[in-house]
Amino acid sequence: MAGARGELPAWVNLGLLPLLNLTAAFLVAGAIVLLLGESPPEALKLLIQGAFGYEEAIGYTLYYATNFIFTGLAVAIAFHGGLFNIGGEGQAYLGGLGVALVALYLGHWPAVVVLPLAILGAALFGGIWALIPGWLQARRGSHIVITTIMFNFLAAALMTYLLVNVLIKPGQQAPETRTFAETAWLPQIHAMAAWFGLDVAASPLNAAFLIALVCCGLVWLFIWRTRWGYELRVVGQNEAAAVYGGISPARQIMIAMSLSGALAGMMALNELLGAQHRLLLGFTGGYGFVGIAVALMGRNHPVGIVLAAILFGALYQGGSDLSFDMPTISRDMVVVIQGLVILFAGALEHMFRPALAALFARPAAGAAVPP
Amino acid sequence: MAASAADPRAGLLTPLADRPPAIALSGIDKRFGPVHANKAIELAIPAGTIHGIIGENGAGKSTLMNILYGYYTADRGEIRIDGQPVKIASTQDAIAAGIGMVHQHFMLVEPFTVLENVLLGAEGGFTLKAGMAKARAELAALERDYGLEVDLDARIADLPVGIQQRVEILKALFRGARILILDEPTGVLTPQEADHLFRILRHLRDQGRTVVLITHKLREIMAATDNVSVMRQGAMVAHRRTAETTREELAELMVGRKVLLRVEKAPAKPGRTVLEVKDLVVRDANGVVRVKGVSFDVRAGEIVGIAGVAGNGQSELLEALAGIRPIERGTVTINGQPLASFGLSRPTGLGHVPEDRLRMGLLRHFSASENAILGYQDRPGYSHHGFLDLAGIVRLCRGWMRSYDVRPENTELQAQSFSGGNQQKLVLARELEHDPGLLLVGQPTRGVDIGAIEFIHKRLIAMRDAGKAVLLVSVELDEIRSLADRILVMFDGAFTGELPGGEAEERRIGLLMAGITEAAA
Repeated sequence: MAGARGELPAWVNLGLLPLLNLTAAFLVAGAIVLLLGESPPEALKLLIQGAFGYEEAIGYTLYYATNFIFTGLAVAIAFHGGLFNIGGEGQAYLGGLGVALVALYLGHWPAVVVLPLAILGAALFGGIWALIPGWLQARRGSHIVITTIMFNFLAAALMTYLLVNVLIKPGQQAPETRTFAETAWLPQIHAMAAWFGLDVAASPLNAAFLIALVCCGLVWLFIWRTRWGYELRVVGQNEAAAVYGGISPARQIMIAMSLSGALAGMMALNELLGAQHRLLLGFTGGYGFVGIAVALMGRNHPVGIVLAAILFGALYQGGSDLSFDMPTISRDMVVVIQGLVILFAGALEHMFRPALAALFARPAAGAAVPP
Repeated sequence: MAASAADPRAGLLTPLADRPPAIALSGIDKRFGPVHANKAIELAIPAGTIHGIIGENGAGKSTLMNILYGYYTADRGEIRIDGQPVKIASTQDAIAAGIGMVHQHFMLVEPFTVLENVLLGAEGGFTLKAGMAKARAELAALERDYGLEVDLDARIADLPVGIQQRVEILKALFRGARILILDEPTGVLTPQEADHLFRILRHLRDQGRTVVLITHKLREIMAATDNVSVMRQGAMVAHRRTAETTREELAELMVGRKVLLRVEKAPAKPGRTVLEVKDLVVRDANGVVRVKGVSFDVRAGEIVGIAGVAGNGQSELLEALAGIRPIERGTVTINGQPLASFGLSRPTGLGHVPEDRLRMGLLRHFSASENAILGYQDRPGYSHHGFLDLAGIVRLCRGWMRSYDVRPENTELQAQSFSGGNQQKLVLARELEHDPGLLLVGQPTRGVDIGAIEFIHKRLIAMRDAGKAVLLVSVELDEIRSLADRILVMFDGAFTGELPGGEAEERRIGLLMAGITEAAA
């Protein structure tokens, strides 16, 4: 009985609390903008305008969001299995290798064959790159946080080697592959809209966004509606209970990491097949790391992850517009704002919780009821 | 005075001598959010007595004592110690007021000696040496006065729990405690060790100290206390002189209705052998051999009880039989099939109520209905092509909640939101309703209120009568004696004796639990 606490109502937990965290982040960011001698409301206006103010901006925002959805889902699915996958960056990088190999060497096949194979390549390469740390954790007890971080460096080194020495387009200096054959390009949304006679402003937003949304649905089904998801969650909650229930934690750890890596790897679809159309050095650009914040903020739920991904997409897109319009606010300032959001939504997530609990806590329905 | 208006006998506990009450609480009120843990508590504990406070889990006993010891502060109310009003905002205040507490889980540093532990936090002076010599003399005097018999230079890790507890008492006395609070002190003791503890407590009382004994065991109240106060659902419901009350009356006051303390059962009709164990050796997680070559069997239609003080290998034995702890040597067969042949998955026909439901048997953050399939998630019927039949599972769970009287009857509530008794009923429903031929049960009523205990015991008897083999591991001797048809006593990883259930004499079991076999005794 001692210390028994009521749970927070869902709308407070999932709605009000993240909103408060976000507001706090923006207030602090506003104070910094003020210190730089600019007007915070003006900056906020430019930020929102830059992210959502015109059709092309929305396209860019969603394009960035697509990356965050994939990496956010990757972190979430591992988290449900009780694992903290920090290696999204490296897994996405390797996913890019899978995509590129299919696109470069099978690019002459028709799109209906190449694209599914490319998706498979992304998932497979990302998944295997995550399975190795998973195996090390399950069978050797090496901590997943440590190994996945190390695997990010391994991935970077491996890809640099491959791009500089093996995959580089002959006769050029930049460590990039040749451009993929057009059959291996994911159609961009404005092109798809044109098929239906709709006129949408051109942006890199492409079919990978739709694939990301489908993945959200599949992840939700898997985690909460299938037996395998149930077993994964049991292991994530309590390994002793899993063993008691005849579930092998080692197996589930490897499954969770493979799926997580596969989702991270699919980020490469958006960047490589949807926008760049070639494999290039460092295309992952930190999206894998931001995925951790996206998952945290989205409460490891696909719906929350989509919302958080759009928020971070908006910060990327609106931020670059903002730094263009307000030269005193540099590109780095936008990173500071992102950092603040991560700080308040992630690290300080529970700062407002006690106060809200005192305000809204409802009776823990069972705790006080006699048998 | 201890005036609960509804109770005509409330005035009984006027001070015995001319001293003011050692502890007088009036109007103590405490809420945790929506939970009203203590409701306007009135309590007067006469100086120089042993006072029992009894109540079910969650009745508010611990909260009240934690308020007295400064872990919590009351929302309202007044505390008087020896007639003087005091404010207790921290444990330091409590110690300064002369209150000492012996916790259920000892607060000792294992690699340190007894002397070092007692001195901890009361070292005094810049170097240890001077303080140590002074303390040594003081402690020797205390030990002499109260018959504590502890070697001051022994390492805590080398001492049995019974002695460790005396170190805790010594610690409290050394800090000048005139009032000693003991929270569920006998949970880890053999009956003999418990008797020894009670002798020490009487000694303390006779020297003028006041002892408060918190427990949920009626037997201890009757054996050790002068007066007893009963708590129920956060309220103090009655005060009695121990000599003038009975176990039955106290049980009724605790629960609020009449309860059967002993289940009725017909003699067992054992059938064929279901579980057969031969020369089983099991190691714990640290590689220490905890089960040292035991052999026994359990037959259909009987309950075999394994008695013993906690930590003598029963837990490891139970887990090995359930297939979740590796077997070092020996064989286990269930219905003629070797346990090893089942691999990782749960052996068919095996039900397992684990010793610690929240560590193993339930997932705190899963709903009741999700918990209803733990261990059976791969059975056909619960999923089709991998997709869980959620509606079916909820229906099943609701049916169980109804027939096992789980409250509240809400299948979507998280397991952690149910009380201990209701959680246990959920586990029991799951394991019993899958119709196991062999049921392994560990501590079925630990942390469960009396009302639910009665229910759980009846269910276990019903399983037996339905021809199931039941293996019961419990540290509650009363439980083993009232349920088991045969009793195996375990000490240090081996069986020290087998007794028929029912008439098994408590003293004899107690000796066996301490490793004293007939030959040696």
